[in-house]
Amino acid sequence: MALPQKESTPIFSDATAGTLRLIAYLALAAVLMVLDHRNGWLHRARYATAAAIVPVYKLAALPADWIHDAGVAFTQRSKLIDENRQLRETLMLAEARLNRMQSVAQQNERLKQLLDTQHLLGMHAQLARLIDVQLGPTRDRVMLNVGSREGVHVGQTVIDSHGVMGQIIEVLPHASVAMLVIDPEHAVPVMATRTGSRGIAHGTGDADQLVVSNLPLSSDIKAGDELVTSGLGGRFPGGFPVGTVTRLERDPSGMFLQALVKPAAELDRSGEVLLLRDQPEPEGPPAPAPLVGPPDSLAPASSEAHKRASAGAAP
Amino acid sequence: MNRFRAQGWTFWIGIALSLLLMLVPLPAMIEPLKPYWPALVLIYWALETSDRVTVGLAFGIGLAADLLNGALLGDQALRLAVLVFIVLRFRSRLRFFPMWQQALAVWLLLLNNHVLQALIRAFAGDSPMPVLSWLEPVVGAVIWPFVFLLLDDVHTRLRGKAT
Repeated sequence: MALPQKESTPIFSDATAGTLRLIAYLALAAVLMVLDHRNGWLHRARYATAAAIVPVYKLAALPADWIHDAGVAFTQRSKLIDENRQLRETLMLAEARLNRMQSVAQQNERLKQLLDTQHLLGMHAQLARLIDVQLGPTRDRVMLNVGSREGVHVGQTVIDSHGVMGQIIEVLPHASVAMLVIDPEHAVPVMATRTGSRGIAHGTGDADQLVVSNLPLSSDIKAGDELVTSGLGGRFPGGFPVGTVTRLERDPSGMFLQALVKPAAELDRSGEVLLLRDQPEPEGPPAPAPLVGPPDSLAPASSEAHKRASAGAAP
Repeated sequence: MNRFRAQGWTFWIGIALSLLLMLVPLPAMIEPLKPYWPALVLIYWALETSDRVTVGLAFGIGLAADLLNGALLGDQALRLAVLVFIVLRFRSRLRFFPMWQQALAVWLLLLNNHVLQALIRAFAGDSPMPVLSWLEPVVGAVIWPFVFLLLDDVHTRLRGKAT
């Protein structure tokens, strides 16, 4: 062992060396403290060694956690019940608030879509809200919360963010009734975007089905074709989506085809709708094709690029 | 050599536990009274073994404690170095004190440590220590006999097992 050796060394020199060493360490510590105080070394060191330090903290926190758990385990039952009740009330309140927020968020989304539609079309439109009443035995008609006092008149087209919903058939001072496209009495002139072939879509009374009848057997309309309003007839402006062809079949006479169409508008879901103010020309050619495709992703970008280019050229 | 290694294990585990205990939170009322565990453990080992604990080792452990504690880098390093230096200087006398005198000496050591801490804090411009914390050296002295006995027991047991 080194013990006797150490004891045998002269005590004086050992003590002096020890003191010198202590002084060196004290100086080192002082330098460290000053540097840390000035430069925040400690934080950097702690940041660098966080992987090692954090587990130590977790370990050190364990006893407190256990004590807390034990405290929970031994808390009086009535107190717990009280707390539970209180928490449940708070939770219910919070949930109610959350649900409300969710519906508001969804509404916001819908409104934004509608606004987009409005911008896209460059038309004047009026926002209306459905009044949820059941008109008649079927859900072919809806009531809107705007009427003649708000400038609504019979014949206006009703759309939602997805497509044509129907048209106004009755106007009250502060409400109006719209006939949906699925009403058997309703017909809308349509055009297939792919081929340009025209037809008239009738309602069937079925909640999600329209029918385009009297198509020639030779017409090349296919399932999946999109139908838009053609603008003929002077009631509906052209270019609004009406629906998608789901199926083709022969009509009862066997002389013609009829196409079954799924409406584009969310007839049973829309809460807000747009009433188009601008009536199309009573007669005239169908709306030009570019209106049909939604170039919303391209148009703002190109205009921005244009603006940027001109701004770059200006100085 | 085996014996030395076993002792090494005991030493380092003791140090690690003391650092952990330093971090373990106590109720706010008695938090200032928490004894300074690393100092107690270091005092024991400085008294018991002649060649294991050095001022440099105390400095290193103090740095680790600073890193964990996050107050001021070098603060505990300085204090523990001073503490161990004093213990080593008076080691031959302290070892053969009766327990109560040893506890008294521990109290003085811890008090010195506390004064140093207060000074360092004052220099660093930190808020002064809570008044209650001046009782901390007393707590340390009171539990010293138990710490001593516990560590001694573990120490001798491991030594017996190793040999």
